[in-house]
Amino acid sequence: MNSRIVIVNIIRWILLLFVQIFLLKNMGFYDLSTPFVYVLFLLLLPFGIPNILLYVLAFATGLTLDAFYDTMGVHATACIVLAFVRISFISISLNRDAIDDPEPSLSYMGFQWFSLYALLCVVAHHLVLFFLETFRLTEMGYTLMRCGLSCIFTLLIILLVEFIFYRRTSR
Amino acid sequence: MRNLWIFISRYNAFFLFIIFFIIGIYLTVKNNAYQRSVTLNSSNEIVGTAYERLNIFKRYMNLGMVNDSLAAENAKLKTHLLNLTTVDTTKDVKVIDTLTDQQYTYLAAKVIKNSITLRNNVMTINKGSLDGIKSGMAVIAPQRGVVGLVRDVSEHLATIQSLLHKDTRISVMLKKNMALGSLVWGDSNFDIKKALIKEVPNHIKMLVGDSVVTSGFGSFPKGILVGRIIKPNVATNDNFLSGELNLFTDFSTLQYVYVVKDKRAEEQKALESLIKPNE
Repeated sequence: MNSRIVIVNIIRWILLLFVQIFLLKNMGFYDLSTPFVYVLFLLLLPFGIPNILLYVLAFATGLTLDAFYDTMGVHATACIVLAFVRISFISISLNRDAIDDPEPSLSYMGFQWFSLYALLCVVAHHLVLFFLETFRLTEMGYTLMRCGLSCIFTLLIILLVEFIFYRRTSR
Repeated sequence: MRNLWIFISRYNAFFLFIIFFIIGIYLTVKNNAYQRSVTLNSSNEIVGTAYERLNIFKRYMNLGMVNDSLAAENAKLKTHLLNLTTVDTTKDVKVIDTLTDQQYTYLAAKVIKNSITLRNNVMTINKGSLDGIKSGMAVIAPQRGVVGLVRDVSEHLATIQSLLHKDTRISVMLKKNMALGSLVWGDSNFDIKKALIKEVPNHIKMLVGDSVVTSGFGSFPKGILVGRIIKPNVATNDNFLSGELNLFTDFSTLQYVYVVKDKRAEEQKALESLIKPNE
């Protein structure tokens, strides 16, 4: 069971990064909206993962992305923020002892919880990402618009993917 | 110590976040040229602003000393000025002539009265017989172009019969083939920018754009640029060729002129006077 989770996550990592780097990197609406769907990997990591491992994985994923985007450290920082938001949100919204689901996916947690969870994580990630990329506050309006539109795009694709791989479970 | 450890491990998510976040920001700033430049610039700006404030304060402290030195300098300059108003320091301008010994010297003079709208125009300059000016000397414009001839001289002033006068005739030639002619103004029109070159021999080919220079016969030194032909072969009543030219001298804005002194003018006049008119 444990090794199955590991293998599934490795495959998911490879698949999502492949799609992100070779497909979504070339997509965008007038430089305003670019989806970053690879965060789905970090969102779907199992509940029981230790914090340190989560941070290391987030950092490694971010660095891999940076290597392909030529933005050393920007994605890594954004992923670290996402990991922090994820930990905080889970510890606030769920009772740690009562968790018996393996991972925080749409199939297990339901639409309402998952969409809120994804929304918060994605917004935090994108805010850090775009502001680090712009690195100034003078173009605040434009950066926020890019950030918001990209958030909508990313969330749309994440929910779409989740619904495609939706498995009805006995909750 | 144990409590601290418990505290850290309980909130390990937060502390790990801080550590990784700092690493991420560090990587971003270190490895991206743009972000690094922004960081350095803004820190420089803060330091610069601080120094500027300090500088303003320091300047204010030194104000008394600066005032004293300025007052001393003012007094010194005023004494200089008093000396300057009584003595005119303008001297003859030497032109270095390496082929022969120097024949011409130039004296700068200020135009104090000028007219350009009359049929016969005359101007006045602020140099006179005390500066060595004599009647008949040539006057040229600072950059290029001729102005006229000295007419009457008083001690400190002189009048110049400008080129824009019916009696002024200046010996000129076409620069390309040295064909002689004479420069006159006001024969067909009274435009201060145009003059006529007359009495050019008929076999000479005159073209638009040809340069006209002084010939050196007369008071003017040879080769001073006068103007450029704009209309060759103007029809006149005599048997010579005439052409219209654009003058280089702008008479309407003339402020300073050079009076040309010819060292050998007296000698030449004395020699030529030996020839009797009827000989």
